[in-house]
Amino acid sequence: MISAPPPVASSGPHPAPAASDTARPKIEAIDLSAWYGTTHVLRNVSLSVPANTVLAIIGPSGCGKSTFVRCLNRMHELVPGARQSGQLRIDGEDLLSRKVDPVDLRRRVGMVFQRPNPFPTLSIFDNVIAGFKLNGIRGDHAAVVEKSLRRAALWDEVKDRLHASALSLSGGQQQRLCIARALAIEPEVLLMDEPASALDPIATAKIEELIHELKQVLTVVIVTHNMQQAARASDRTAFFYMGELIEHGDTEQIFTNPREPRTEDYVTGKFG
Amino acid sequence: MSTSAESAVAPPVLREALPQTGGVPGRRVADRLWSALLIAFGGAILVVAGVIVFSLGHVASPLLRATHLIDFLLGTVWDPERERFGALTYLYGTVVTSLLALVIAAPVSIGLALFVTEMSPPSLRSIVSFPLELLAGIPSVVYGLWGLFVLVPLLRETVEPFLARTLGFLPLFKGPPIGLGFLAAGMILAVMILPTMTSISIEVLKTVPGAQREAALALGATPWEATRLAVLPYARAGILGAIILGLGRALGETMAVTMVIGNTPRISASLFAPGYSLPSVIANEFAEASGAMHTGALAALGLLLFVVTLTFNSIARLLVRVVTRGPERSAA
Repeated sequence: MISAPPPVASSGPHPAPAASDTARPKIEAIDLSAWYGTTHVLRNVSLSVPANTVLAIIGPSGCGKSTFVRCLNRMHELVPGARQSGQLRIDGEDLLSRKVDPVDLRRRVGMVFQRPNPFPTLSIFDNVIAGFKLNGIRGDHAAVVEKSLRRAALWDEVKDRLHASALSLSGGQQQRLCIARALAIEPEVLLMDEPASALDPIATAKIEELIHELKQVLTVVIVTHNMQQAARASDRTAFFYMGELIEHGDTEQIFTNPREPRTEDYVTGKFG
Repeated sequence: MSTSAESAVAPPVLREALPQTGGVPGRRVADRLWSALLIAFGGAILVVAGVIVFSLGHVASPLLRATHLIDFLLGTVWDPERERFGALTYLYGTVVTSLLALVIAAPVSIGLALFVTEMSPPSLRSIVSFPLELLAGIPSVVYGLWGLFVLVPLLRETVEPFLARTLGFLPLFKGPPIGLGFLAAGMILAVMILPTMTSISIEVLKTVPGAQREAALALGATPWEATRLAVLPYARAGILGAIILGLGRALGETMAVTMVIGNTPRISASLFAPGYSLPSVIANEFAEASGAMHTGALAALGLLLFVVTLTFNSIARLLVRVVTRGPERSAA
């Protein structure tokens, strides 16, 4: 955005309309604020995410990054005393409007949590299909399970024991199972709240590889504590600090040429 | 000499650490005393249980020698004058009233526990838990009194005629509405076991991780679907445990049941009919039991009650085991 201007940009009053069409934001936050009780955790955040890109959100603990993604599927409001203000749009439609049913929204905006949380009493197969059944979608369950597990890069490891307990998998496999479970209902957006923080480096690498492939079909927002992960896996990066969005832009620019000194201090490891 | 031999065997760090353990002279002794004490406590419970079973068996032995076990278990005549003792009517009364109590109380307790943990705002929780504690603290004789003066007339005049009119085609709801009987006993027991079952279920549901609920909600589950998909399966073994504890209490409850069951040794399909239960007959007859046979028969009923409780507990444990390992089984 801020990097070298295109050579023909100065030629007209509407610079590159075609480009702005393709970069039409999938997700758009305008002046978004959020509170837990009286604690103001997110302050007037305005941010947009183009379709089929990966946005990484970085920042120290308590900076509001998890709250931001939890606003995107309206999980934030489930906490007693939590509220939010401002606008949040997906494809231009206001998510926070009373007309939007959060239950329907969460079908379109999937989420993967910090710790793998498969349903312990269900088999691998039933875990993947759980959301699909819930939403009453008709279809070939076996095909959906295979497709979702393939997309989550887990199929080859579990195809012979689909009816074993989800808890028989390793932590990294469980997390990919949770990704498969989220993918089975074909969301448009996938939120990932520190999805690799409980995993070893090999499992982490698999998840990052997966994120690259997922953006072909959906838009990914990933919260991470790991700067290298943000640099490797994302197209754009947003830096949050104390509930404010300090800076956002192309990942390369944020890591090599940040505009804000606080961003630079954080990405170079001076604090956080 | 010896020090050099030691250092050759043990690494230096270990050698420094080892003497400290035995360094304080009294520590080892205290440790042994402590474990001896714990073993004594553990053993005491076995001894107490053993003594009770053994002495019950001893008192019951005249009857068990004179009567065939099958005749005792399946006999329906209880006639101390002619020394004929059959336990089936009492067994039937105990099992029917307890199961009836379970059928009424289990859904209510689970629903109440779900309401408290999944739905109600925190401020309402104490409002629910206070009457639960109150109910748990009422002595059973008071329940019996209440049953006799309030519940039984209500059943006789309103509830039983209504059930007979609407569901009278079922054998369960046939016969004259007397009030005293299986239905009254089952309902009193249901109220009595409700607090235990509810508070244990609440504790169990509190242990369900928030991440499980969030997992379901994030998939687009409604609150009820999240409960069904994530919360109940996670908690099912514990809830089953709560139900079994309630059942145990219902099986052994004496006073309240004695006051409302009608104390008539009869087996009837109708819940309106009066019956009798194992603890009730023991309580009613032990004071005037004369002769070794009659006393023996009452002791044998006590043993039978013990066996019934054990059987239900074992079934429950089996159920818990089957239920908790759902997916692995289907994989095998």
